[in-house]
Amino acid sequence: MTEYRLSDGELEAAFQQRVDEERKIEPKDWMPEAYRKNLIRQISQHAHSEVIGMQPEGNWITRAPTLKRKMILLAKVQDEAGHGLYLYGAAETLGVTREEMIQALHEGRAKYASIFNYPTLTWADVGVIGWLVDSAAIVNQISLQRTSYGPYSRAMIRICKEESFHQRQGFEMLMPLASGSPEQKAMAQDAMDRWWWPTLMMFGPHDSDSMHSAKSMQWKIKRRSNDELRQDFVDQTVPQAEYLDLAIPDPDLKWNEERGHYDFGEIDWDEFWAVVSGDGLCNRERLDRHGEAHREGEWVREAMRAYEEKRQST
Amino acid sequence: MTPSRALPEFVLALGDDSLVLGQRLSEWCGKAPFLEEDIAIANVALDYLGRAEKFYRYVSELEGGRRSVDEIAFLRDSRAYRNLLIFELPVGDFARTMARQFMVDAFHLPYLRRLSRSADARIGAIAAEAVKESRYHLKRSREWVLCLGGGTRESRGRIQRAFDALWGYGPEMFEMDRHEKALIESGVSVDRSALKAKWQASMTDLLAQAGLKVPDREWSIAGGRDGVHTEHHGYLLAEMQYMQRAYPGLAW
Ligand SMILES: [Fe+2]
Ligand SMILES: [Fe+2]
Repeated sequence: MTEYRLSDGELEAAFQQRVDEERKIEPKDWMPEAYRKNLIRQISQHAHSEVIGMQPEGNWITRAPTLKRKMILLAKVQDEAGHGLYLYGAAETLGVTREEMIQALHEGRAKYASIFNYPTLTWADVGVIGWLVDSAAIVNQISLQRTSYGPYSRAMIRICKEESFHQRQGFEMLMPLASGSPEQKAMAQDAMDRWWWPTLMMFGPHDSDSMHSAKSMQWKIKRRSNDELRQDFVDQTVPQAEYLDLAIPDPDLKWNEERGHYDFGEIDWDEFWAVVSGDGLCNRERLDRHGEAHREGEWVREAMRAYEEKRQST
Repeated sequence: MTPSRALPEFVLALGDDSLVLGQRLSEWCGKAPFLEEDIAIANVALDYLGRAEKFYRYVSELEGGRRSVDEIAFLRDSRAYRNLLIFELPVGDFARTMARQFMVDAFHLPYLRRLSRSADARIGAIAAEAVKESRYHLKRSREWVLCLGGGTRESRGRIQRAFDALWGYGPEMFEMDRHEKALIESGVSVDRSALKAKWQASMTDLLAQAGLKVPDREWSIAGGRDGVHTEHHGYLLAEMQYMQRAYPGLAW
């Protein structure tokens, strides 16, 4: 019997065909090394975002105004920890460990969503994050449910359900503020003013400036472009803001009948790049705090390993 | 003391115990040694906050709606909170948190089992729900004490120091104020003092199993039920009550 070995070119062609036919790539399947690397980068970044995202909202758990809100917020932040877990798990199927990913984060080799480098200054920020930031995450993640890598796609499907719940809770958290006292309304509007543009930045640079996009689209890791997703988000959010009677801080925002979409103003890309490259208000603190908790946890993890070993050997 | 006043006071104290520990445990969110533990501690915190909500709702009803749940939870000063001291102590390191948790879980499970048969159906129902939670809490905290005691030199040192520091806050869990005592005969409350020997035995057992020393000198500190708290209590309240104090009378 002769064994026929496929060349790399043939393997890659078969891989691309599989992707084109919308069949999921699974951990044991052959995949181009660059595809694997690209996925690790994207999934670990996504996982880190869920985990770093626990900080700005977690900032208000001990100060939530009512018992009910405290429980909702704590449960929400807990869900985000769960999302981090699913995603680390999906990335691990590609042959990288959680510890390695965390190390890459601490060394600045891995990124997380820039939105979490903005501070939560008031209680309204918690509502606005749930409403806007989780909405933006959903828009992105709905498209990622169809991503070509099986474990990532399945994690997205699971996560999306919870994110829609968060989005509704965020919106619902803002309702008493929007219909409340002048102080409460001002608090909600101020939060809107600070979070609107950073939320639009979550979708990344314009398609023309995005360095990972072309290959990611060909491999169907990414299914829709940054600008398309951003437009979807704006279109679905404007009516919600109107419902809450919150003004969107963009003088260029208006309905374009011809396009069937809202037109909106230009993002401050200098701010975008400054925050992405580490100079946002909270970048350093977010990383420090994550590193600190991780280092402080080391003796506990060590104890677990030692205890486990002793148990195995007896 | 008329029973009609004893009942809301008793329930209020149970609510305060739950709220204060729930608040403390929620401080861990995002700071635990690893993600699975962030999730697990948040679960326990949510259980306690949920209990607080149920007890306060009952208090509010017993008072004829004079105060809402949140007014009870957020608008009293330190002297009016009746939680036991062990619940309000700072979280400390992970060992301190788990040692406290084992001490209170080992108390709560048998206590709540009895309380679930309270002559007051409402208290009984809340306690019955809580039994299920505490069973899981105890399983976890027990496992952690064994792990930290049997882990490394450092973890054993830390968990031992934690028990040494917390030891004297245990006995207060078996004391009763006049309100609680007044409700024993009618079967509404449970005689806590009857649970003490068994609790001590379960502490001694587990500490021995974990290779830890039972602190050799018995000591005890109390005051919570009289509103005489540690100095940490005021800061806990300042943080927790911030919104209600800064924006009085608003709906959130
Ligand atoms: Fe999430
Ligand atoms: Fe979320």
